[in-house]
Amino acid sequence: MIAASWPRGDPRTTRLLAVDPRRASLVDGTIGDLRALLRPHDLLVVNDAATLPASLCGLTESGLPVEIRLAGDRGDGSWRAVLLGAGDWRTRTENRPPPPALREGETLRFDGLRATVTEVDEAAPRLVSLAFDARGAALWRALYRAGRPVQYAHAAGPVALWQVQTAYAARPWAAEAPSAGFALTWDLLLDLRRRGVGIARVTGAAGLSTTGDEELDVRLPFAERYEVPEETVLAIGSARERGGRVVAVGPSVARALETAAARGGGRLAPGQGTTSLLLGPGFRCRVVDGILTGVHDPGTSHFRLLEAFADRALLERAHAFAEARGYRGHEFGDAILLLGRRRRPAVGRRRDGARVG
Amino acid sequence: MDVRERGVLITGASRGLGAALAEELAGQGARLALVARGEAALDQVVRAIRARGGEAHAIAADVGAKDEVYAIAGAAAALVGEVDLVVHNASELGAVPLALLADTACEDLERVLAVNLIGPFRLTKALVGPMLLRGRGLVVHVSSDAATAAYPRWGAYGASKAAVDHVARIWAAELAGTGVRFLTVDPGEMDTAMHAAAVPDADRRSLARPEAVARALAGMIRDDAIPNGARLEAAAWGARR
Repeated sequence: MIAASWPRGDPRTTRLLAVDPRRASLVDGTIGDLRALLRPHDLLVVNDAATLPASLCGLTESGLPVEIRLAGDRGDGSWRAVLLGAGDWRTRTENRPPPPALREGETLRFDGLRATVTEVDEAAPRLVSLAFDARGAALWRALYRAGRPVQYAHAAGPVALWQVQTAYAARPWAAEAPSAGFALTWDLLLDLRRRGVGIARVTGAAGLSTTGDEELDVRLPFAERYEVPEETVLAIGSARERGGRVVAVGPSVARALETAAARGGGRLAPGQGTTSLLLGPGFRCRVVDGILTGVHDPGTSHFRLLEAFADRALLERAHAFAEARGYRGHEFGDAILLLGRRRRPAVGRRRDGARVG
Repeated sequence: MDVRERGVLITGASRGLGAALAEELAGQGARLALVARGEAALDQVVRAIRARGGEAHAIAADVGAKDEVYAIAGAAAALVGEVDLVVHNASELGAVPLALLADTACEDLERVLAVNLIGPFRLTKALVGPMLLRGRGLVVHVSSDAATAAYPRWGAYGASKAAVDHVARIWAAELAGTGVRFLTVDPGEMDTAMHAAAVPDADRRSLARPEAVARALAGMIRDDAIPNGARLEAAAWGARR
């Protein structure tokens, strides 16, 4: 599928392929069709993570150029990061020269910021942990000054940070934009609310989609930090009691909610955590009934995760259908909704009616 | 809104009304993200608040610069979490001594609009989304009587503030019922560096102290009964209470 090469000026023009996995039906429309596709008591759960200026170009102690891509705040003052060699996003990630070999204790210099390598992954030397020399407001000021959003070679030009934020971006946790939400305007979200559709949030640290190293890519997605607020747990409980469906906007939302439910032994509990959950064929969701997300090619990890919601044959048909009708792929592209007309039978619902999922 | 433990962002917080309001809200237990261009003065405000046991973070940035707005919003969210209150207090007078419109450079008008109108609009856009998701939030625009009266030589500033007033009214109308509220405040004439730049020969004894106006503003922030979209005068409000 042809990749969209630039952020969409008007999100309302986003095309939406509505796929009903039960009826194996495909409907070609636009994002505004959510007004008809979602019903009162359904709940749309968005990822409110803001996109980090996660790409920083700097120099090693010996003066070699290196790009770091922040892959997540480890919560102990250090960050996990992936290193890339000389060049920038204009070169396809897999064609970038390998990064210089770094050792623990080595210092990297960026514009107005320094970082010390605190850990080098044994299997993949381009995966490191870094500690910056600034903290608090000074660190954030420096990161926003020196960093840029992570982007890839299919983009037509350098993308500004404000172009990769959703309409509800809050804490900067995401290494790459939670782009499934790019299609959502407040006009649409408030209209859905007026129609009785709930809008709730989780914060999920959407991670890097590639590292430039095939062997390391196998380990993707990296563990993601998430937070499920109490009001979202309540909203999900309330939606399900009334027969509403829970729709995740993007994979990070599904991963966070399913992880939070699994941790609670099937009972969704609020809180923060880290998820390494891989959605995919055979995964049975406890919380999420459907997903609104971008259009990605078969063979990608994003495509595989959709198999938690629909079988592969239908997904391949949907992809071919979208491609034939000129849908665009990747983060600035069009959207797909995988959602059955009725809520699927709750996994874990006990005979006595007590909800465990 | 009770600001205790709440994330609050104030622009133009390095001096005058912004600094006084920061002190006032810090005393009420707010967690402050303070924005101003002047880093040294801003750091001083932050240090003073911390010395009294308050929480404040300095985000040195220019509200009028397009690329800095998401940095402000992102840094604030990273530092104080959910930003429930934003006070658009930063203002630009334009060239001083103040000039007739016939003598005002178009670039000066553009700069005034960038800081007083477009910057707050961008920042509101960046912060209002999470407020709408949470169903709570308050956005305060600091305006001026120059927004309503046609004072000669206050053209650029007055026009920018008139536009701010109207943008705030429309924000309030569009988001009515969402739990996110908008207030516009005319602080009146205050004894500040900005006033001295605009009216160098003013009798300072006739001017309100920024601390007194900050207390009135804090009272408006606390009062959830004030209608969404209201425009209030600090002097009248203070006199009533």
